[in-house]
Amino acid sequence: MKHPPSNQSKSCGHRHQHDQPSSRSSSLNRQEFDIEGASCASCVAKIEASLNKVSGVDKAEMNLAQRMVTVTGSADPGNLIEAIERIGYHAKIHEQGSEQDSLEKKERADQDYYKRLMREMCIALALGVPLMIYSVVGGEMTVTTNAERLIWLVIGLLTLGVMVFSGKHFYIGAWKSFVNHSANMDTLIALGTGTAWLYSMMVVFFPYLIPDLARHVYFEATAMIIGLVNLGLALEIRARGRTSEAIKRLIGLQTKTARVIRDGKDVDILIEQVQLDDRVRVRPGEKIPVDGLVLEGNTSVDESMLTGEPMPVEKKENDEVVGGTINKTGSIVFRATRVGKDTALARIIGMVKRAQNSKPPIGRLADLISGYFVPTIMIISVASALAWLNFGPEPAIAFAIVSATTVLIIACPCALGLATPMSVMVGVGKAAEAGVLIRNGEALQMSAKITANLAAKCTEDEVLLLAASLEAGSEHPLAMAIVESAKERNLKLKKIEGFSAIAGQGVEGSVVNKQLLLGNEKLMHENRIAIDTHVEVAQKMASEAMTPMYFAVDGRLAAIIAVADPIKADSIPAIRRLQKSGLRVIMLTGDNRATAKAVADKVGISEFFAEVLPGDKSGKVQALQAEGEVVGMTGDGINDAPALAMADVGFAIGTGTDVAIESADITLMRGSLHGLADAIAVSKATLRNIRQNLFGAFVYNAAGVPFAAGVLYPFFGLLLSPVIAGAAMAFSSLTVVSNANRLRFFKTGEHQE
Amino acid sequence: MLIVNVLGLLLIGLIAWWFWIYQPGEVSAGQGAIRVIVEDGTYQPSRIRLPAGQSATLQFLRKDASPCAEMVLFSDFDISEELPLDHYKTITLPAMNPGEYDFTCQMQMYRGKLIVE
Repeated sequence: MKHPPSNQSKSCGHRHQHDQPSSRSSSLNRQEFDIEGASCASCVAKIEASLNKVSGVDKAEMNLAQRMVTVTGSADPGNLIEAIERIGYHAKIHEQGSEQDSLEKKERADQDYYKRLMREMCIALALGVPLMIYSVVGGEMTVTTNAERLIWLVIGLLTLGVMVFSGKHFYIGAWKSFVNHSANMDTLIALGTGTAWLYSMMVVFFPYLIPDLARHVYFEATAMIIGLVNLGLALEIRARGRTSEAIKRLIGLQTKTARVIRDGKDVDILIEQVQLDDRVRVRPGEKIPVDGLVLEGNTSVDESMLTGEPMPVEKKENDEVVGGTINKTGSIVFRATRVGKDTALARIIGMVKRAQNSKPPIGRLADLISGYFVPTIMIISVASALAWLNFGPEPAIAFAIVSATTVLIIACPCALGLATPMSVMVGVGKAAEAGVLIRNGEALQMSAKITANLAAKCTEDEVLLLAASLEAGSEHPLAMAIVESAKERNLKLKKIEGFSAIAGQGVEGSVVNKQLLLGNEKLMHENRIAIDTHVEVAQKMASEAMTPMYFAVDGRLAAIIAVADPIKADSIPAIRRLQKSGLRVIMLTGDNRATAKAVADKVGISEFFAEVLPGDKSGKVQALQAEGEVVGMTGDGINDAPALAMADVGFAIGTGTDVAIESADITLMRGSLHGLADAIAVSKATLRNIRQNLFGAFVYNAAGVPFAAGVLYPFFGLLLSPVIAGAAMAFSSLTVVSNANRLRFFKTGEHQE
Repeated sequence: MLIVNVLGLLLIGLIAWWFWIYQPGEVSAGQGAIRVIVEDGTYQPSRIRLPAGQSATLQFLRKDASPCAEMVLFSDFDISEELPLDHYKTITLPAMNPGEYDFTCQMQMYRGKLIVE
């Protein structure tokens, strides 16, 4: 047999890559310490040398930049700290804040910031609103008598108070970035409100320098704008919190404690303290704390939160369980195989977080523009003031000031900058909820553009030949199915010698000096054939209504053969969903034409590539690409890797436990084509959302800025008030975030039809 | 009026020069990691000179509570990291080819540049 055993299962895409033992042990005994008092390169050598002398230390490495030392080996942490203290430094165990802690911290910080903004907003509006009402009902905003001057001086000083109390962050931010030759949102607000206030103060102090008609004060504008922008920011924080709901939900799946069996007793310990190979007990209704293999007990586990698969999965001895899923019916004890940052859940969280913050190419133009945005607005503002001064009607100076201020205030670089990231954040999170892991923004954008999708379906003729030859003598219905299947493929069966059936276990025999065994787990155990690492695959098949059998050649496991309808029940509606969305769905298989056609007809696919050798899969992808199609390829992450990489978007079918497929563009954790349909639907919805946002932000700025500059004045006598501009600006970025949040209501899955 | 116009145009020129043409000072990688403070709408320092072909570490300290400062993106290297408030966050950059690479917040308002040579 030339294939390694794990490549022989008949069901594509349910293979598991197993962690190398080496990576396990390295994370097992890794300790990190923060070092105080070390400041030079020579300290590093001293500390490392002293740690290396402690018994049980394999390796001690210090990172001077982070003031942190990493020790591998089995040494006692107390001894290590002592060794460091002895040579005159201080050390403490490096605390790795859990995801949950840092999330809580972040939420607290956001909450504080929100409260502060709301407080500042109230103060600013307490002054701004009465002034505003006064001006709207026709109150005199001009300065003529000395009494008026005094009153306005008091109001001007109150406004200054608002600027200091409520708007301090704008002015400081503007100044700091100005000194650094950069400009941002703060710059625009600070300049806009500052100009309005300074002009108004000038009117109060030197009214006679300014023509009668232009003796107008704009204190209400300053106060109102500061208040409204703060309100906008506060609401934005709220809305942003919602965009990260999906990741919060994933982080929330982690338990805080685990019940491990130590010295024969159950002890509740913090999840961070769970070690590899710990025996962990989980009762019905409890969450599974870390990844592991079941040692005792039977149960069913709800894995929907990770895979999107609604049906609970049966677990028994040697089955894999995944941290974050919920144990439903039975009590189990399992051995921890992955803990801490290595668990599937932790890696999924990491992957989703990374993807949420990456940008699809569609956002590039907006990025380019935002880089030049603020200085450009400043220039437009000055130019518009000049235009009013030169060509405007009297009082030109007042018009110039109003237009310059309004231009500064109405422009909103944030809406432009937020358009893409907010939608990506929600879209990627939404996909994760459906068990679809999107690697980055580019994959997201490409999968919305897919026009043709290749779905791989594999066969393994050689194994089948041997197995069928063996089973030819058996009358078991499963055996007949295998023989049938070999005949379908025109395989010529070989002659078997020494055939015997072992009741309740399977059959044995030999062919051309090869010793063959085919049967259940028990048969393999009886014959001392190692199957540990493959039990999982078999279980997975069983959970999909297939009947797995182990097939050994010369004492080594050669294949797991599953007898079942090769088409999963939900494939047909899933394929219909894909076709409905305008996609060319093409089947790729090693089967002969007749079998391929039969399967294709059954699932409603009109196109297929039959008799494709494994190495030719990427060639088929290329052929489709040459036809001008944007090609999506669905296959398993290991065997189909070259074709997945060749495709515009590679969809690796994983399982909830296997996130080793980080090289694929998109991982479908639920082994179903519905995952593919979901992935494409979410991507399309997200891209549509981004386009709406970008369009809105562009149009808003492109229409708002000229309007504010007074382009409409010569025709309609319309000039925007700075207060309205402030409100528009504050709510434009809020609109973008809210629109992105609409994606949260996007529905995935079968019920979408 | 002439004076006003000249002053206005001068102001426009000044804006263009100050924000676009002027090149502020740089910080070079010396011993240890470079610390970047994120505060009041800026990265300090914002121009960082690094040697090519070596990985480098930057430590970001975010002092600004505004959500704008929350993320730092090195889009050329597919790095995007969340910055915790008031805690150092270490970001390791891969070995880089000579060139200039921007790092920014999500909205491109905080901007910095790596000069790799």
